[in-house]
Amino acid sequence: MSSYSITEPSSRQKWAAGTLVIVYAVITLLPLVWILTTGFKSPVDAIAYPPKVLFEPSLEGYVNLFTTRTRVTPEQLESLPPPASWYEQIVRNRDMVIAGPSRYGERFLNSVIIGFGSTFLSVFLGTLAAYAFSRFKVPMKDDLLFFILSTRMMPPIAVAIPIFLMFRTLGLSDTHLGMILLYTAVNISLAVWLLKGFIDEIPREYEEAALIDGYTRFQAFYKVVLPQAATGIASTAIFCLIFSWNEYAFAVLLTSGTAQTAPPFIPTIIGVGGQDWPAVAAGATLFLVPVMVFTILLRKHLLRGITFGAVRK
Amino acid sequence: MAEIVIRNLRKEFGDFTAVQSSSFKIEDGEFFMLLGPSGCGKTTTLRMIAGLELPTSGEIYIDGEEVGQRPASKRDIAFVFQMFALYPHLNVRRNISYPLVSQGMPKQQVAEKVDEVSRILGIGDILDRPVSGLSGGDRQRVALGRAIVRDPKAFMMDEPLGALDAEFREHMAEELRALHDRMSATTVYVTHDQLEAMQMGDKIVVMNHGVIEQFGTPRDIYDKPATMFVADFIGSPSMNFLRFHGQVHAGSGTVVMHHQELEVPRLQEPFEGDLVYGIRPEHISLSDSGTYRGEVIASEYLGTTQIVTLKTGSGELKARIPSDQPVRAGEHVGLEFDGATVTLFDNQTGRALRSELNEGVLSHV
Repeated sequence: MSSYSITEPSSRQKWAAGTLVIVYAVITLLPLVWILTTGFKSPVDAIAYPPKVLFEPSLEGYVNLFTTRTRVTPEQLESLPPPASWYEQIVRNRDMVIAGPSRYGERFLNSVIIGFGSTFLSVFLGTLAAYAFSRFKVPMKDDLLFFILSTRMMPPIAVAIPIFLMFRTLGLSDTHLGMILLYTAVNISLAVWLLKGFIDEIPREYEEAALIDGYTRFQAFYKVVLPQAATGIASTAIFCLIFSWNEYAFAVLLTSGTAQTAPPFIPTIIGVGGQDWPAVAAGATLFLVPVMVFTILLRKHLLRGITFGAVRK
Repeated sequence: MAEIVIRNLRKEFGDFTAVQSSSFKIEDGEFFMLLGPSGCGKTTTLRMIAGLELPTSGEIYIDGEEVGQRPASKRDIAFVFQMFALYPHLNVRRNISYPLVSQGMPKQQVAEKVDEVSRILGIGDILDRPVSGLSGGDRQRVALGRAIVRDPKAFMMDEPLGALDAEFREHMAEELRALHDRMSATTVYVTHDQLEAMQMGDKIVVMNHGVIEQFGTPRDIYDKPATMFVADFIGSPSMNFLRFHGQVHAGSGTVVMHHQELEVPRLQEPFEGDLVYGIRPEHISLSDSGTYRGEVIASEYLGTTQIVTLKTGSGELKARIPSDQPVRAGEHVGLEFDGATVTLFDNQTGRALRSELNEGVLSHV
């Protein structure tokens, strides 16, 4: 006799779901694969038609990404001492010599400072605010929460001009601090709302138990609430980082030099000495790495269920 | 251990008054029950004693010291929550040692204390387990362990057995009481379960709508209820109320209800108006000679006794009689009331009239 379960999906449903997931994965991952492979193609292979799936891998894109180069005549090239390194060899194969490092490293570092800085600040302030909203009698709590949320009811870029003027007056244009503050301001409403939800779910009894066990309110928050809110904090941090890491419009508008992040910088690579798609792809590939590493590191916190069974409701 | 005195304690949440001017005294080493239906203010009272809520007005003395406005961490009391509130990110050992670590006790001493407590509670074998996999009973023991490990001045327990299975609850209640007797620790225990309160408590405070209805030993509260609410809330089935209009005189030992003269404990105050004749089911017996008549509607068999529901001239009432006494539905029987156990109430205010039965127990505190 065959048994029939209403909770366990049938094999056909599993098969359909599996197919859907695979189709979705292919659609979303294909552009990433394209970028990744383009980074390792030679400039000729990168624009070959029909596109080359199999190609001879080359590091030229990465070399071009990190260097600025000057074209030299074959005679000049002859007169130079032999290349001191593998990357110099790659450059000379194209009748060029390395003139110096590119700005990609600096821009990348700017992205790291601004992205992680604003993420830390958003999560830090968001956690404190969410805890206060969750636990204390804050006057006009609902209005304040609505006000915080309302900052996300329009696209942030809608206020670009006032922010531009404000930044110019305050001297925040093209500064790390300015960009950190801006991204924090955008992220904080998300952080407060997300974290409030997570903290609301942590029973007050834990803190009360800690208060009775002799801890101060802050110690109870720090030692009892925070470890349990880790899941929420991790996922909030990922959301905040993804926004500030990928943000393009404000970065173009408000940064040009010292504080420029990688997103507005990467497209400018195209213009340097022809359409250097491998270098652009290399820049984009490297740009993905930190967010991926961050997400993978925090992945285990994304799994719910840390409090499972400790409370009986 | 300490005695706890509550004076004119009041708590308001906005417009809502959760506790109205409560006063009572918990003796050193007493197992003290705060009993009442949900929303009666018993948990709020407990939380004020513990320092988790600050009173709107009134005083709380623990060991002679006024602590009403002091934070919980400065009161040296322990709290056992209904849902245990074990720290989910710590294992059993670290849960129990948590309050000691917060006092900055040296590691060696902490380990000794935890071992001692785990021996008392019989949880030595689960000390290194995470709390998430524990059974309800074990979690309860760990929560108790965390409470007793620091030898606090008093224990507060908020329905600690409420989350346990019925079968296990009784066992845990005995364990709790035995633990209390062994440590003779002042314990304040909140429950809505009147049986639990009667079974475990040295003293009971019955609360309703933020007001203390009665304060006394379980026996006094059961036998000599101060209000109709208490009489109704305590006991299962609850006290029978026979309503009638009449008058009584101070010093009189009888009352006339529906033209029948019935015995009551000698009254100490006169009253005229709507009265309630309150009698517990076990103080009613069925006999053919009884002049007060009723018709049997139903009977519930409970082993040694049975509960008989009867229809009488003053409404339905229930009698608890030996189960070997035959009764049939539809039968008309005579009823006899044990007059010495009766309490008369003023129907309007619900207040018990003073008599020689309840002399001395009616005034609170």
